[in-house]
Amino acid sequence: MHGIPRKALTEEEQGASSLKSAKLRDLQSQVLHFHHNKIYTEEAIEISAKLLESNPEHYTGWNYRKLAVQYRLDRRSEDGVDSESIQSILDEELRVVENALKKNFKSYGAWHHRKWVLSKGHSSTDRELRLLSKFQKLDSRNFHAWNYRRFITALKKIPDEEELQYTTDMIYDNFSNYSAWHNRSVLLSNLMEKGGKQYDKENVLGEEYEFVRNALFTDPDDQSGWFYHLWLLDQTLKQEPVFLSSWPPNGSNLYLSLDGRLKGQQSLPILHFQSKARKFPLVLYFSEAVEGVSSSTVTVEYQDGDSLLWTPLSANNFGFSQAWLTYLKFPDEVPSSEALPVKVTIAHFPGITSSKGMPCSQSCHISFSVCVTSDDQEHSEVQSSHRISWKEENFKARATQSLEANLLHSFSKLEITKENKPSTPKWSMEIISTEIAHCRELLSSTNCKIGKLTLARLLMAHKTLISYGIPDDGTEVHYEDILALYQDLMKMDPAHICYYEDGYTLVLLKQLTSNIESLLKHCDRYQESSSPSTNPYLCVRLNGLSLSRIGSTEHLLWVQMLDLSHNELRSIEGLETLQLLSCLKLSHNRLCSFTSLEPLKKLKYLEVLDISHNEIGAHSIDTRRYLCSSPLTHAVGGDWYFQKFVDGDVKLNNHWDAYLLFKDLNLVQLEMIGNAVGDERFKAFLLKLMPELKWLDGEKCR
Amino acid sequence: MEHLRLNGAYWGLTTLDVLGKLGAVDQDKVVSWIMQCQHESGGFGGNIGHDPHVLYTLSAIQVLALFDKIDVLDVEKVANYIASLQNEDGSFAGDIWGEVDTRFSYIAICSLALLHRLDKINVEKAVNYIVSCKNLDGGFGCTPGAESHAGQIFCCVGALAITGSLHHVDKDLLGWWLCERQVKSGGLNGRPEKLPDVENGGISDRPDDAVDVFHTYFGVAGLSLLEYPGLKAIDPAYALPVDVVNRIFLGK
Repeated sequence: MHGIPRKALTEEEQGASSLKSAKLRDLQSQVLHFHHNKIYTEEAIEISAKLLESNPEHYTGWNYRKLAVQYRLDRRSEDGVDSESIQSILDEELRVVENALKKNFKSYGAWHHRKWVLSKGHSSTDRELRLLSKFQKLDSRNFHAWNYRRFITALKKIPDEEELQYTTDMIYDNFSNYSAWHNRSVLLSNLMEKGGKQYDKENVLGEEYEFVRNALFTDPDDQSGWFYHLWLLDQTLKQEPVFLSSWPPNGSNLYLSLDGRLKGQQSLPILHFQSKARKFPLVLYFSEAVEGVSSSTVTVEYQDGDSLLWTPLSANNFGFSQAWLTYLKFPDEVPSSEALPVKVTIAHFPGITSSKGMPCSQSCHISFSVCVTSDDQEHSEVQSSHRISWKEENFKARATQSLEANLLHSFSKLEITKENKPSTPKWSMEIISTEIAHCRELLSSTNCKIGKLTLARLLMAHKTLISYGIPDDGTEVHYEDILALYQDLMKMDPAHICYYEDGYTLVLLKQLTSNIESLLKHCDRYQESSSPSTNPYLCVRLNGLSLSRIGSTEHLLWVQMLDLSHNELRSIEGLETLQLLSCLKLSHNRLCSFTSLEPLKKLKYLEVLDISHNEIGAHSIDTRRYLCSSPLTHAVGGDWYFQKFVDGDVKLNNHWDAYLLFKDLNLVQLEMIGNAVGDERFKAFLLKLMPELKWLDGEKCR
Repeated sequence: MEHLRLNGAYWGLTTLDVLGKLGAVDQDKVVSWIMQCQHESGGFGGNIGHDPHVLYTLSAIQVLALFDKIDVLDVEKVANYIASLQNEDGSFAGDIWGEVDTRFSYIAICSLALLHRLDKINVEKAVNYIVSCKNLDGGFGCTPGAESHAGQIFCCVGALAITGSLHHVDKDLLGWWLCERQVKSGGLNGRPEKLPDVENGGISDRPDDAVDVFHTYFGVAGLSLLEYPGLKAIDPAYALPVDVVNRIFLGK
């Protein structure tokens, strides 16, 4: 029951209440009796009306009435006599429903009974519309009424354009009618999809932005208009997916070798790859999640041109992903004197589509070359036996100038090739710029929270469109301004601070990776001082930046060693696209469960992992339980061989998430101290799951 | 409120279990009463003698799950009743009278999952229907085109979670819409510009209103999700205690 004040009933009130209950119970048992014995006399039906008009929630009563109607209709056709007209039988039902609705406007049973009557086709839809107008004047937000309206307009085949006018009228009547705005979005989606000149997307959006601006300027604190504005923005930005970046990068020359760790001296780690398995990954990264990447939509000209298997790199096993992966074999000739060219054409014929249904209609291509260097037998043994300590003194800033110049040269290869720029319509940029101006105007006179958030989103959209190659129209947009907006929001609306932290993080990462100079500032050489003969690594350091999530991975596909420690990460979604990662530091973050580490299962080359000093096991609620594949989400099949890994008395249910994670990882080194898990039995369990593991929490374990 | 006594049983008993006090109840009595609510079609009514409907069938299964007594059911019969209510477009009717609502999609998916009989329905079509109810704000309504409402969103997101289909949810968009449900008083409303209600986030619907078992259940469940001390963890998709869900899906 809603909205009933809490007060003790007086004796008189108690008496009246129990009398009422007794009457109701009596009616209920009578109706059930009639129902079970199929008694459809006038008196019986009248009693059911009494019941439903005082308790519209008694669903069995409505079922009884439907059977009574069917009985009367059948009997009427048998009799042949004009006993009662179909009209009067059905009108009676409508009367009972109306009375029941007076009692409870939101009764599902009553509304459905009305629909059932109308579906019989003998009632006036005009009358229903008049009734609806009455109802909606009383309560314009009643979703039952709106749903019924949709049912009637479909029955009466009222065109969407007319209903659109109705929403216009409702909105002019009261801007704060979320239900009307919502309906408008549904109708316009249908009309834009149908096509036709009048409902051309550019025209519609232009008009709608103007229409909603009235609402926003009239009452900036009302949410309805802002949510509609957000939908318009989404429609404006809904574009074709665009190919963004790859690894190996376009125009690069990749050095392949069979053994050992990263070689840093003669060439750059980003363009080096070692694999005993004689294959290397090819990763394609798109602007949004797409499906349809396969050997029929992407052609790779290389060696004998085998049919390649492409897999999506999303954290869950969904057909859509931003990043797609395949493997290419090393060149057959070892060592090769010449570099072998590889050309990848991402074709334009139908096949690759975004999750929003937009096709990738522009073909583009990348090319790079590969060659195999000689094996360095001496180094291979030393490489595999030392432990990464992550000590601060082992990090050295970009040492030599030549190294820096070389890095700069390589990084420039990572930018999107000029030929591959997308053809996004110019009007989207025009609209964004106009909206930025209006939003800034609004915020100059009101300090409105959602307005600020909208401006931040608009500015980011502007930046994104530019990064896709749309010429800048002169609107001033700086990353610092967007970051400042999010900081303002965190102060204005501390209850939603986590949401704003996410927004801030994404902007920060975009800023950081947006040009070579800023990215270089976060790259350090790493040399393990305890094993000076091993080669240095190139480590990207994004530690201590208050990052709450991962973003901008299209610029980081080449990263092999990554330090994300001392941040606010609760999720690492996005890391699955960094296929080359072999050393990852996630210590001192806010990771709450093993389920949040699921993206790591896609990282085939990951050997060194530090998840120490997080919050794993410290929470009774795992909020990421359904965001990973497990028996709970009906996504795990026959590989649930939990039993054989567990000793007799270890609590199986407590470690199912650790099992699902670590069974797919081939770690050599793991740090997990400082979490609320990890007793000796658990450690023994991990050793069984990962036979390659040599170091656990700093100690040799085999 | 006689017609929804079976729901009341689920709300009351789950609350007791979350508070660690399920032992106070006479299990056998409850189970035998529940079985008396079963109709010959396999579905359960809200009370003895009431017509079958999925709303009460789910509550029956959930209560039996609390007691680890799902095996008293003729699982095939119940599963067939539920599966028979799926329509061509993937949607579900609540009963033979045909009302369609995404609440019933959730109920069907949750029930069949608990009975390990999800294969009796076309899951892909069921998911597609739910996705067709997704709105401009990232939320879900009861039928395609219907406005987003927190209750419907729980049902749709729950159903997508159980079927491993959460990738269809725009987490950032919907997450923001949901967190905007919190009003100044700290309570949560179900839709923009409406009153807060504990069923969305006390033990009455709002402070100073009368208490009832429905809102008590939602209040306690909410507290459990917020990790309030002394409460068992509740699973957000099956709306049952986590140890019950783990026993059904992970235990051997």
